[in-house]
Amino acid sequence: MQPIIKIESLSKKYKEAEMFSLNNVSLNINECQIFGLLGPNGAGKTTLISMLCGLIKPTSGHFTIDGLDYQHHASKIKKIIGVVPQEYALYPTLTARENLQYFGSMYGLKGADLKDKVIEALDLLGLLKFADKQVQTFSGGMKRRVNLIAGILHNPKVLFLDEPTVGVDVHSKTAIIDYLKVLNQNGTTIIYTSHHLAEAEDFCTQIAILDQGQIYAQNTPSALIEATKEARNLEDVFISLTGKALRDDI
Amino acid sequence: MIYKIWVSVVKEFLLLKRDLGGLIILFVMPLVLVIAVTLIQDSTFKAVTNSKIQILLVDKDKGSVSKTVFENLEKSNYFTVVTQIDNKPITEEIAKENVYKGKFQLAIVIPENLSSDLQAKVEQNVEKIVSNLGLTDSTSTSEPQRVIKEKEVKLYFDPAVQMSFKNAVMSSIDKMISQIETKSIYSTFQKQLGEETINFEQKSFITFKEIIPKINNKEVLPNSVQHNVPAWTLFAIFFIVIPLSINIVKEKTQGTFVRLRTNPVSNLVVIIGKTITYSIICMIQFYMMVAVAVFLFPSIGLPSLNIEGHFLLTSVVALFSGFSAVGFGILLGTVASTQEQSAPFGATSVIILAAIGGVWVPVFAMPKIMQYIAKSSPMNWGLEAFYDVLLRNVSFVEIIPRISLLFLFFIITTSIALFYDKKKRTV
Ligand SMILES: Nc1ncnc2c1ncn2[C@@H]1O[C@H](COP(=O)(O)OP(=O)(O)O)[C@@H](O)[C@H]1O
Ligand SMILES: [Mg+2]
Repeated sequence: MQPIIKIESLSKKYKEAEMFSLNNVSLNINECQIFGLLGPNGAGKTTLISMLCGLIKPTSGHFTIDGLDYQHHASKIKKIIGVVPQEYALYPTLTARENLQYFGSMYGLKGADLKDKVIEALDLLGLLKFADKQVQTFSGGMKRRVNLIAGILHNPKVLFLDEPTVGVDVHSKTAIIDYLKVLNQNGTTIIYTSHHLAEAEDFCTQIAILDQGQIYAQNTPSALIEATKEARNLEDVFISLTGKALRDDI
Repeated sequence: MIYKIWVSVVKEFLLLKRDLGGLIILFVMPLVLVIAVTLIQDSTFKAVTNSKIQILLVDKDKGSVSKTVFENLEKSNYFTVVTQIDNKPITEEIAKENVYKGKFQLAIVIPENLSSDLQAKVEQNVEKIVSNLGLTDSTSTSEPQRVIKEKEVKLYFDPAVQMSFKNAVMSSIDKMISQIETKSIYSTFQKQLGEETINFEQKSFITFKEIIPKINNKEVLPNSVQHNVPAWTLFAIFFIVIPLSINIVKEKTQGTFVRLRTNPVSNLVVIIGKTITYSIICMIQFYMMVAVAVFLFPSIGLPSLNIEGHFLLTSVVALFSGFSAVGFGILLGTVASTQEQSAPFGATSVIILAAIGGVWVPVFAMPKIMQYIAKSSPMNWGLEAFYDVLLRNVSFVEIIPRISLLFLFFIITTSIALFYDKKKRTV
């Protein structure tokens, strides 16, 4: 498998910050992976993903997505990536359908094709009944699902998700995870952040453990557990690597 | 790109449609405003029979002068004269008290012996002149002259009365009294000369006639509607600053702005989408105001707006005024980080721009410095352009400078907004 994302010594120090939020990170992510970026709050997950999505500029270092970089090919990259932000990014007074059709058309989708895609995705995530309800009336889990669909309508090659399962009821969480698995089987590379280690353990094909802006380890979940002495799960791996516990709760 | 702009416009309209409060700000408030203000201003220009101003008249003179004053005031369409309260004649003290308490807006006190003293004074002067000319026998001038003191007509105003009303009343009373004086001078001359047969023309020799520019060979009298509708339309157009800036702030706080940054769509497309939407809103506002001024005003007793032959040019002015309002809204929405910042700031700055732009008070009535400052308000450029078209009857070429300024304002504010946004994103 080919690396679709190549990251070389990437660092980020925010203007007002004293410390680097991301410190000299190098990482390759292969095509068709479900790649979990795991770490506690403040580890630098959002910072890394924001750079990969082109929202903020690196302080130093370099990366490519599908061989392209933002300096020269920003619009090309934006067409092949999908982004699901940590906060819901939807118009509360528009209906689910209106939101999705709008964001879909920003990717150049139109007409019947767009309409069908929206209906299909809403159906898969169990929201078809609510298609014409305003998003502001939705529960947190429902909003998260709409938020997710808004990032995948254009069949992105690479999908970035920032904590897509935070604050979500079990029902929504399962729906989201199952849907992501389907997407992955259809060839989408998924990069997703979480501080929920148990969830990542059976969902991800690859994992990187991030703390204080640095990558501590990167491998398949089972390889990481095996390589760590007396580790039964990722929690144990994390404690052994960083010397502290990572709580599973939010 | 065209497709994305189109979709953005559709989205903006959907957002507006769902925002009832915003719609009220955009459409209902300006209409209420223009109707209310025009009604009020119109009634101060025009006689409204059932709302005459009551004036207290304290008549200590009881002579011909006070009679003339009384008759003239009664004759005018603005006033009714009150000479008694509770069936008792009014004294100066009572009048003063009532006016200062605001029960009446004005009291006129005519001093004792005004008529007779005026007559005596005029007679003395006339006699002097006539005798200097040697027209009468010298014996009659030998008697010693009585010294007649100058007389004051006292006016008491309710302290809450506006300066402009005060001035108007004072000047009309002044005029009335000098007419009485002139009249009595003429008639005294007549008497002294014993020439009963000569009839002096007692009407004013000089009168005023206002010459008004003609439109389509018809004289168009400027009325309060002709002034108010453009002024308040501009005010309404600029009020879109508030919903537009809130719209942009919301895009930021609800995260949709960030999502759009990750989409293959440039910020420019988003801005153009908003510009088109809100410019259309401005045009709707404009046509609504015009429709109300043309069709509704006559049925509520107001003169109707005369827009004949100006429809196209006023539309152009409205469109470009809309652009500059949109630019301002975009800038404000981009710089503000919360609605709590943008809404009050937007409202206040629009009111300030309106005030210095001449929406409330005409620019020519402002102090010199303010007149210069007025020229910096885009609302003034728009207002002058409207007046150019509606009242000064100019051609398209002549409004180009003003609408270019309006467009430049839009370009500059939008560019600053785009630049500011870019700067802020390099965290
Ligand atoms: N805009 C910002 N300005 C300054 N510091 C920031 C900014 N965003 C994040 N940080 C800091 O960078 C570090 C990493 O944050 P983040 O990437 O959001 O962590 P995570 O997503 O893993 O919880 C934190 O210490 C945070 O305080
Ligand atoms: Mg985060």
